[in-house]
Amino acid sequence: MILQIENLHASIGGIEILKGVNLEVRAGEVHAIMGPNGSGKSTLASVLAGRENYEVSGRVLYEGQDLLALPAEDRAAAGVFLAFQYPVEIPGVGNLYFIRTALNAIRRKRGEDPIDAMDFLALARERMRLVEMDESFMNRSVNEGFSGGEKKRNEIFQMAVLEPKLAILDETDSGLDIDALRVVAQGVNALRNEDRAMLVITHYQRLLDYIVPDFVHVFADGRIVRSGDKDLALELEEHGYAEIAAS
Amino acid sequence: MTDVISSEVREIAAKEYQYGFVTDIDTDVIPRGLSEDVIRIISAKKNEPEWMLEWRLKAYAGWLTMTEPKWQNAFYEPIDYQNIIYYAAPKPKKVLNSLDEVDPEVLAMFDKLGISLKEQERLSNVAVDAIVDSVSVGTTFKAKLAEVGVIFCSFSEAVQEHPELVKRYLGTVVPRRDNFFAALNSAVFTDGSFCYIPKGVRCPMELSTYFRINQADTGQFERTLIIAEEGSYVSYLEGCTAPMRDTNQLHAAVVELVALDNAQIKYSTVQNWYPGDADGVGGIYNFVTKRGKCAGVNSKISWTQVETGSAITWKYPGVILQGDNSVGEFYSVALTANRQQADTGTKMVHIGRNTKSTIVSKAISAGHGQNTYRGLVKIQESAVGARNHTQCDSLLLGGDSGAHTFPYVEVKNSTAQVEHEAYTSKIGEDQLFYCRQRGMSAEDAVSMIVNGFCREVFKELPMEFAVEAQKLLSVSLEGSVG
Repeated sequence: MILQIENLHASIGGIEILKGVNLEVRAGEVHAIMGPNGSGKSTLASVLAGRENYEVSGRVLYEGQDLLALPAEDRAAAGVFLAFQYPVEIPGVGNLYFIRTALNAIRRKRGEDPIDAMDFLALARERMRLVEMDESFMNRSVNEGFSGGEKKRNEIFQMAVLEPKLAILDETDSGLDIDALRVVAQGVNALRNEDRAMLVITHYQRLLDYIVPDFVHVFADGRIVRSGDKDLALELEEHGYAEIAAS
Repeated sequence: MTDVISSEVREIAAKEYQYGFVTDIDTDVIPRGLSEDVIRIISAKKNEPEWMLEWRLKAYAGWLTMTEPKWQNAFYEPIDYQNIIYYAAPKPKKVLNSLDEVDPEVLAMFDKLGISLKEQERLSNVAVDAIVDSVSVGTTFKAKLAEVGVIFCSFSEAVQEHPELVKRYLGTVVPRRDNFFAALNSAVFTDGSFCYIPKGVRCPMELSTYFRINQADTGQFERTLIIAEEGSYVSYLEGCTAPMRDTNQLHAAVVELVALDNAQIKYSTVQNWYPGDADGVGGIYNFVTKRGKCAGVNSKISWTQVETGSAITWKYPGVILQGDNSVGEFYSVALTANRQQADTGTKMVHIGRNTKSTIVSKAISAGHGQNTYRGLVKIQESAVGARNHTQCDSLLLGGDSGAHTFPYVEVKNSTAQVEHEAYTSKIGEDQLFYCRQRGMSAEDAVSMIVNGFCREVFKELPMEFAVEAQKLLSVSLEGSVG
């Protein structure tokens, strides 16, 4: 079991957003979490990744250890990756330098030596090809001046370099045209394997045409209200959230 | 996450200043206070010619008629000018013939600061003039520089050995009565560096002055004069530190640069005077007048400064763009943490045709630090086709810090183009969380973000200094900027 969420609650400024989430994710599985805007999907992603401005209760086990007890950077080192809905710009910091610093920070925490510069360059080049990113992105500042699609590709590129065990994709499809969506999905699919689990958060069924999930969960009002296989997504598309959540 | 930032900031505040030691050197100190007699004593100690003493006395007469300016965006107790020691010098055992004869204690002090004065031990291609309190204690590589005709020595030595050059240029860029602190400096300056680059010579090494205040309650008043003759080039670096003391010490320097036709001067400063403690007790008042004159056509003067130290920094390195097609540049990073205050910027005065100036200012405020950019761009009637681009950016770390921008623009020629950009940002929770989610500690993340913010300025520094500046910024923000 990679991830085990039990009765997870989270509130911010006294307002409860997550109201008892339960979920189990095994290695190799891809789970889609779908739900209307404001249902708490992104909060779930933030809480799992370690954002600190929430009051959290309940239990989250990651490979058997208490995930909620770890600071964000230790969760990253343990293999948790969040592809951000709104990737952040960092002016003056080169994209490649950024991800190399991240990779080495994680390696250091795991007691490994920093990656050799040439090996890193080879790795980065290979992973950039996965998401069809131009090499000119290497030295541009992190996400600065990137289009929406470029930012999302950059997230998947970073994920490919860091090779997480649990990847959380927060609305990775939002703001993408169909070509960009195809490229991003292709990158994600290339990273699917039996050791890695993925949590794909999305508002639209469209993404799931490209990243076919093993399980689909419907999120409403801070909890999972229905779970099923990939066909549930199609049902949602047809009937809308309100009907499914109510049924 | 806001808590994370504020705890980082608290750590910054707690950070010890690592150059705060005092060295026990046998020092020649004159009594406190300022008067004509004190000026005569200083001049006599330096064995100065009569013209130099007269110049000082005229400056003093001017200073007596002036009042201390109060317009800067900084707050401090009034300075008692009669309670300052105006001359303190490590006692030389005898007249020095070479650096080997410098007091071993002084050499050891510089070693501790990471600056070896032993030429054979210096790996890098940098000549150093080392100044302790009021005097220069040694200058390296003088002989090697003399081979190409470059004069690099202490100001005192220049007065003795090259009086014609000193007389010709002293006070031509910063007049004796330019301002209160410049007038004070002109009256009591004790040493500094002097550089002269002859026609057509590209100075073969970086020249640098390292300023160290050691003695308590002294003011440091140094004066630097750099002259670049036609078609010459020089890159000059300046660094400074002082012991930790709970009283404030005044540092009122004057720097004058003169670039003749087609000459270029690149002047870089890494200022790390003792900033005072977390409660704002002690620290250096760094009130400095720095100005360059692009006297010749196609000449260029660049100021690059990294200001991390001092309780109060008050300086506006400027350029008078007199020669046609001359270029002035100002690149600045100013960091204020704890209770530090900085009011800094530049003055670009366009007189010649097609003159061009560029201003890039990066201000970082942490703790209760207050950072003000104040810049003047003045385009005279004669400056046909003049252009200026100004960019000032501020970065706030923590909710108690402040950033202020006061740009002054005076344009008297309609063909001029003046652009100004400014923005203020906070190291946001979002940036910090993004980095931490990728595995970096908060400390490494802040370091990376701040260095990225300063990149445009750091790339203007000579390689060795750029590394130094990054380290310094890290140390100054350690705990947050690791």
